[in-house]
Amino acid sequence: MSNSEQSTVRVSLDTPGAVGSAPGMDVPVGYAQARSYWRGVFHRVLRDRVTIGCTLVLGLLVFLAIAAPVLPLIDPDVANSGDRLLPIGSPGHLLGTDELGRDMLSRLIHGARLSLLMGVGPVAVALLVGGVLGLTAGYLGGRTNMIIMRITDVFYAFPSILLAVAIAGALGAGITNALVAITIVFIPPITRVVESVTTQLRSMDFIDAARASGASTFSIIRTHILGNVLGPVLVYATVLVSVAIVIAAGLSFIGLGASPPEAEWGLMLNTLRQSIFLAPWISLLPGLMIFITSMCFNLISDGLRSAMDVRY
Amino acid sequence: MTAAAPHILSVQRLQKYFPVRSGLLGRASAWVQAVDDVSFEIAAGETLGVVGESGCGKSTTGRLLMRLIEPDAGQIRFEGKLVGRDLKVSDLRRSMQMVFQDSYASLNPRLAVADSIAFGPQTHGMPRERAIGRARELLGMVGLEPSQFERRYPHELSGGQRQRVNFARALALDPKLIILDEAVSALDKSVEAQVLNLLVELKKNLGLTYLFISHDLNVVQYVSDRVLVMYLGKVAEVGPVDAIYGAPQHPYTRALLDSRPSMDPEIRVEHPPLTGDPPNPINPPSGCRFRTRCPHAEAVCQTQEPDLRPAHGAPGHLVACHMRRAGSGHSQAAPLVRFGDREPSR
Ligand SMILES: Nc1ncnc2c1ncn2[C@@H]1O[C@H](COP(=O)(O)OP(=O)(O)OP(=O)(O)O)[C@@H](O)[C@H]1O
Ligand code: SF4
Ligand SMILES: [Mg+2]
Repeated sequence: MSNSEQSTVRVSLDTPGAVGSAPGMDVPVGYAQARSYWRGVFHRVLRDRVTIGCTLVLGLLVFLAIAAPVLPLIDPDVANSGDRLLPIGSPGHLLGTDELGRDMLSRLIHGARLSLLMGVGPVAVALLVGGVLGLTAGYLGGRTNMIIMRITDVFYAFPSILLAVAIAGALGAGITNALVAITIVFIPPITRVVESVTTQLRSMDFIDAARASGASTFSIIRTHILGNVLGPVLVYATVLVSVAIVIAAGLSFIGLGASPPEAEWGLMLNTLRQSIFLAPWISLLPGLMIFITSMCFNLISDGLRSAMDVRY
Repeated sequence: MTAAAPHILSVQRLQKYFPVRSGLLGRASAWVQAVDDVSFEIAAGETLGVVGESGCGKSTTGRLLMRLIEPDAGQIRFEGKLVGRDLKVSDLRRSMQMVFQDSYASLNPRLAVADSIAFGPQTHGMPRERAIGRARELLGMVGLEPSQFERRYPHELSGGQRQRVNFARALALDPKLIILDEAVSALDKSVEAQVLNLLVELKKNLGLTYLFISHDLNVVQYVSDRVLVMYLGKVAEVGPVDAIYGAPQHPYTRALLDSRPSMDPEIRVEHPPLTGDPPNPINPPSGCRFRTRCPHAEAVCQTQEPDLRPAHGAPGHLVACHMRRAGSGHSQAAPLVRFGDREPSR
């Protein structure tokens, strides 16, 4: 049987299999060219400077946050009424001090621990719960889908911040309650994204082909659905991390999250508020950290999105 | 049923109505009569072609046979065994496979070709190493050099190559019958010819049986032993390929054949070609569903539904048309009894 179509296939740089080969280079016969999809994504991310830069910034932040107790930092909770609101660059206090004379550098780094936890934690848990709900609704369709999605819609009707405030308010102040509130807020949108991607996949013939081969629902979801859902959901989750950090800061700001004297960026922003005219730069520092962190997550999400966008 | 059934597949009174949902609660407000009372058989080793306009229920029939959708009614017998009673659906699916029209949508974009092919055997307990080996073997069988193609992704293949991969996957479980749903329709003509030849060759070498669904009458004529003509979810006519193409009995079959582009401008069109679209399958016409477009429609066509009956001529040629049924009341039908006694046969 002749195969004139075979010899004409060319691989362009955009395909995952072509990493390291010149654009349009013919695939050599007998050479296993294609690499796994995720390796292709990884290689494309490596070539994206913004994403790499943001990842480094976040990596540094995470490192500092984890290493905070062993770093040579001044105790973040030690107040010193003589050294209130020292300006940035003061000897002994690189980033100055706050309204109680506590070291800002130390507090910002210690604050990263809570703020990052409140950003990543709820998203991770919501990803698990929303993922299962979305897969179930999307794959089974019909009544199951209707019930799950209608309930989701109820939560979806409120703006996320408002909902978080309401839930946190009902549960009472505290870090754990704030974490729970943010998690609950994120389950519906993640469910929705997973459901819509799964529903779309469910109608594709390769799922029917897999069903026709006698595979169980579980194995079809694992092999054929999960890999295709992961990409878009991961992108979305990164955006949510930045939203979570902002919501967590907001909850602390209004007294529903972390409480004094804990170091948390949102709470610090709140307490420094009164000093904004006395020491404007110092008061802005926690806000700057929130901005940089959430911005980095956003830019990484953009980078992931384009790296995963294989042209079919 | 006798154990030694002559047919590999026998379908009786298959029916599927799709609900048209509306409103908040999603209750069915109407039904699409996609497949209605369809019966046919396929003999082992033959190719049954299925033709008909878009939306007449060809794909739905294929999916019903695979049990990818549940039939509302009807019986499917595979090698004489009633599916659901004597034969589990999972066992049916090992013996029967399906290839879909859209070669791209039928392959997982995230899986290398060999993994897609190996998935079926792995599902049935074959260890991964052996399943990949089997996939390589199958790639060779469908004319794709394994070392060159096994690690490619679907988007790195041409349409023809992708469809070959789909055949390889369908063959992976050693099926006896393959449903080919517009399997070559999306390919351009030169590739289509190659792939068709591959199909014919595979069938011969592996002793397969095909249910070949297509809207391309020329292709169906080329590959089929028998042909089934569908109209709005019903069987209009079924018979040996030469009888259907040489002496079509149903006005719809004639119209279909006449409306295909002819290579020869000298060929005279004796019957009016098919015009307009088929009616809505939600509320199909009463009596004969073709009557709204049939040049021979008469009163009886509106009130009575014609059933599938043997046409004279070739054995195994069945047609559902009042014109072809003696004593039906149609002016062109033969009288039932010699003396003009028009008593209905019922
Ligand atoms: N899942 C579904 N839900 C509702 N209606 C459906 C569904 N699948 C098919 N239908 C309807 O059933 C009818 C038959 O569809 P089917 O796909 O079987 O036609 P077909 O003969 O394969 O057409 P084509 O040549 O366009 O592929 C159509 O009217 C279609 O709209
Ligand atoms: S039954 Fe009547 S309407 Fe239907 S095809 Fe025959 S002649 Fe035409
Ligand atoms: Mg179809």
